[in-house]
Amino acid sequence: MQVEVIIPTQTKYLNLIGSIGEHIAKELEDYSGDREMLAYHLNLVLTEATANAIKHANCNDPKDSVRITIHIDDHELKIKVYDHGQGFDLEKVDIPDFDHPKEGGMGVYFIRTLMDSVTYNRMSDCNVLEIVKHLK
Amino acid sequence: MNASLEKINGYSIVNVLDERIDAHNSAGLKEMFLRLIEQGEAKIVVQLDKVRFIDSSGLGALLSGHKNLTSKKSGRFILAGCKQQVLSMFELTRLNRIFEIYADLTEALENEK
Repeated sequence: MQVEVIIPTQTKYLNLIGSIGEHIAKELEDYSGDREMLAYHLNLVLTEATANAIKHANCNDPKDSVRITIHIDDHELKIKVYDHGQGFDLEKVDIPDFDHPKEGGMGVYFIRTLMDSVTYNRMSDCNVLEIVKHLK
Repeated sequence: MNASLEKINGYSIVNVLDERIDAHNSAGLKEMFLRLIEQGEAKIVVQLDKVRFIDSSGLGALLSGHKNLTSKKSGRFILAGCKQQVLSMFELTRLNRIFEIYADLTEALENEK
């Protein structure tokens, strides 16, 4: 199954994207893990990834959009978030300093910690954040 | 940000009415804390009993309020009524070691420091 959503680069749509993640977790067949926890984690990861794409998007273009695809099979869930912004270097995002917490920089940490793999690649006409979660 | 304000025993109570705190409304919450602190409020309790989802920007807004208030003399920034999902986010970021957290408003107000 694949779900595809295209939203304008506006934060008011984060609720919609997060809710889709929650819904998918609750409807997964044959998932033996903690469904409520997975629902929260997918809500969070989709919210963080989409907010990041909106933040890095080209603000000068009112027609700019973020495309999100969620592909689900028996073994894994693959999220792709496409943005048209300048992009960023995922490897340069540091782990937060928990002894001296700062206001920003926790979003990527959540995605890395709660999911199984994360990559960010620049394509010819867009950037793609790809997130994989193995399903037990 | 949908939130109501009340004053009880010298504490400013911020009742967050939204179920979600994310990048759409977290700036509003941060502004609300800043305004209260600018007005001279020294004790703020944030009631989070209706909040079932918080993201990194929401945690950032709470951290901003905490830092701005606790840097002042006798300033207290208290969180109350957190649902388990919200508490788990504090644990994941270890912010549970930073924030003053109580089960509910009554317990928060009883623990006068």
